[in-house]
Amino acid sequence: MMRPLITSFFLLLLTSLYAKEIQLCKSCKVKTLSEAVSSASPHDIIRVKKGIYPTVGVEITKPLSLIGEEGAVLDAEGGAEIITIHSDSVEISGLTLRNVATSYIKDWAAISTDRVKYCKIQNNKIENSFFGVYFRKSSNCEISNNVIIGEAVKEMSSGNAIQLWYCDSMLIENNIVRKHRDGIYFEFVKNSIIRDNYSEGNVRYGLHFMFSDRNRYLANTFENNGSGVAVMYGKEIEMDNNTFINNWGPASFGLLLKEITDGKITSNKFKKNTTGIFGEGASRMIIKNNRFESNGWAMKVLSSCVDNVVSDNDFVSNSFSVFTNSPRNYNEFKRNYWSEYNGYDLDHDGFGDIPHRPVSLFTYIVEQCEPTLLLMRSNFIGLLELAEKAAPSLTPENLVDKQPRMKPLW
Amino acid sequence: MVIHVENIQKSFGKQEVLKGIDLDFFEGQIYSILGPNGSGKTTFMKSILGLVKPNNGKIMVGGSDGMKDHEYRSNIGYVPQIARFPENLKVNEVIDLVTSIRKQPSFPQEFVELFQIESFLNQRLKNLSGGTRQKVNLVLALMFKSDILILDEPTTGLDPINTIRLKELLLQLKSEGKTIIVTTHILHLAEELSDDIIFLLEGHVKYHGSTDRLLKLSHTKNLEEAIAAILQGEIDSEEETPVVNIYNRKKNA
Amino acid sequence: MLSVFKYCLFDLLRSRWSIVYTLFYLLSSASLLYFSNSATNAVASLMNIVLFITPLVSLLLGVIYFYQNRDFAELLLAQPIRRSQYFYGNYFGLSLSLVINLLVGFGLPMLFIGNGLQILQELSIVLLAGVMLTLIFSALALLITLRNENRVLGFGYAIVVWLFFAVIYDGLFLILLLWFNDYPLEKFAMIGTVLNPMDLSRVMILLKLDLSALMGFTGASFRQFFGSTAGFFVSLSSALIWITLPLYLLIRKGNTKDF
Repeated sequence: MMRPLITSFFLLLLTSLYAKEIQLCKSCKVKTLSEAVSSASPHDIIRVKKGIYPTVGVEITKPLSLIGEEGAVLDAEGGAEIITIHSDSVEISGLTLRNVATSYIKDWAAISTDRVKYCKIQNNKIENSFFGVYFRKSSNCEISNNVIIGEAVKEMSSGNAIQLWYCDSMLIENNIVRKHRDGIYFEFVKNSIIRDNYSEGNVRYGLHFMFSDRNRYLANTFENNGSGVAVMYGKEIEMDNNTFINNWGPASFGLLLKEITDGKITSNKFKKNTTGIFGEGASRMIIKNNRFESNGWAMKVLSSCVDNVVSDNDFVSNSFSVFTNSPRNYNEFKRNYWSEYNGYDLDHDGFGDIPHRPVSLFTYIVEQCEPTLLLMRSNFIGLLELAEKAAPSLTPENLVDKQPRMKPLW
Repeated sequence: MVIHVENIQKSFGKQEVLKGIDLDFFEGQIYSILGPNGSGKTTFMKSILGLVKPNNGKIMVGGSDGMKDHEYRSNIGYVPQIARFPENLKVNEVIDLVTSIRKQPSFPQEFVELFQIESFLNQRLKNLSGGTRQKVNLVLALMFKSDILILDEPTTGLDPINTIRLKELLLQLKSEGKTIIVTTHILHLAEELSDDIIFLLEGHVKYHGSTDRLLKLSHTKNLEEAIAAILQGEIDSEEETPVVNIYNRKKNA
Repeated sequence: MLSVFKYCLFDLLRSRWSIVYTLFYLLSSASLLYFSNSATNAVASLMNIVLFITPLVSLLLGVIYFYQNRDFAELLLAQPIRRSQYFYGNYFGLSLSLVINLLVGFGLPMLFIGNGLQILQELSIVLLAGVMLTLIFSALALLITLRNENRVLGFGYAIVVWLFFAVIYDGLFLILLLWFNDYPLEKFAMIGTVLNPMDLSRVMILLKLDLSALMGFTGASFRQFFGSTAGFFVSLSSALIWITLPLYLLIRKGNTKDF
């Protein structure tokens, strides 16, 4: 992962020795970006001075650096794609790009790429555009420190902030992506790192990937997205130290895992979501050291999930800890902290002596009939649950944490 | 007249207790209401006080309608049959409580002295004997110096000395013009106190008149025998029926 | 009425049960608040205690107290006092003394909480619910004693009333909801909740507690309703009706009753 970056760095360094700089400004000789690009030689630097430049359909076919000074704005003015990159080693930074129109036929982006390597999109602002940054069949590129804010209102007429299709070894770091359809969308992406991004207020998903394996998602925050985060059909993924917060709604999930296998979900925080983690066909996952706090349902695990290990997590003040739709349980729950646990710890080993069954009878009742939520915490329900605990008939008997922690980990 | 009772009827569920009582009460008289248990004595007294609401009839106390108003009761002192008080209150506090409800000046001291309960004034009522509690009962009724006194078995629990004191007090009050209605089962006391005997039997006034007349009618020497005679139906009827027409009654025999 | 009210109030406040009741709340709220590692859990547990105990104590203490004073009532009612004044005095004496017990027992630990405005707000709602329930069930207690001369029967009624509101109602409610599951139930569910003062209190508190499943769910309609001004007024009306209707009934019965 590091090697391609270092390589590109040296290349740029090298080429910058021979590079010449082109000034683009309203009062310069070069007044438009397409002029600048066509008149530039490979590895040149185009410095865009302050000003608003109506720009549409610029194709970059040679290695270049486009560096914008403060107030440099490329405005599509309701037109099509602004910049399409066809060459390796192109750098675009410091620019503001905006007003790329919505199309029902084409996926117009502020910046898009086609089969490139070693490109960098950094420190740009992309506003009110259909798609923000769209990489196709590219690898070893970097998208970092950008602020991409759309005006999406409806799912049908909005694009994604950052979209990657068939890419490899990418780095997506430190971006702010908001108010698009999906904040970050991947399809067939591998071996990439997605780190320290803030994805908020998107109409659909803060993060959405399909058929993407071996990517690592670290320390991102996904907040208040219409449907939360949904990841599907991926293997060997790693999600560590992310925050999933404030995702509300009957079809909104902190993290939806659909057909995700052999991955690790660790040290994340799920707070104030209707559902923390929803698993459908998730298998052989390690879900460890996470904190589920103040969610409606901390985890919903469907019967299609097998061989997952849920251990050493904190389940704190969730309305329902675990829901499953199956009388049998094929996953392992151990050493978690459950805030509703009422057992004792006589041998002081830090783990309760009585096993804890986190699926309550009330969970089933609510699943059957939503309005019964109004009976939450009523005495009658308490009695029912007491009876159920004494003689489990509806709740799965073997969904049990045999060593519930007495104190939370976080 | 001070109290006018007209055709009072009262049933408790299916049980008819008062089947039509007509009576008048005047100043300066002591009336004893006698009768076997269940004859309606207490019910009758409570009706005058508004504690029991008759099904039919009319009760006038002074100018007030005894079935609607409540102010007229500021003229009545009442000794209930059962003297039960809230346990944690002290005697003083009960006196103050009733005084403040009554909104009238009260003169408990003289009656406290009369029945000699000064030493109990600061005691909680639960610590007092039945007799002492009855004395408190009496003080509460008497201390407002009301014109009308209604006393239901006032001698319950009293030793003979205090019974005499009470009797003398009542006679004194009668001479001051008070109207006093008493029920008691101590017949010789009734004889000594009353000018007027009202005998209730099964919800009717079986006899209303002076003690002397009753003795004459029943050909007996004392009230006890007279009552027995009534109960056995052995009254000579004269020209006047035993239930005396009230308009023929004159005050002060 | 003032004299009767004052006497009842002090009579009750001085009694042993008053002290026990206050201590009970003091101990339970203090221990739950200090020794619980989750603030939400503590408040939710306190809510359960208040909702469970307050109506029970109001009913039982009320019934016992009024029956105890039955004979003394005769003495007082023979005074020049309007019957309604007497009963109001009794009612307010009882309910206020219970409210004081609740406020002291519950409120004292609240004064010593360091960790935050949020939890104080939540606890205030629990307290408010407790006060409302006290007012309602004291009235019911007085009504029961007035309608039943038989003390055993009256006591039994008190327990049945409590059981009904605390447990049976929800059971019936649940059965109805499940039975008619195929129909749109939201309005019905909300009406059912508002009709039972205990359920109403519970839902108001839970919503304030931000218990996540109740928010942002399809039943965002629940939150919308109960959180809105319309919902607030409906709830307030329900509470007021629950207080005034028994009061009206008991005054009416008291006026015609034979003592």
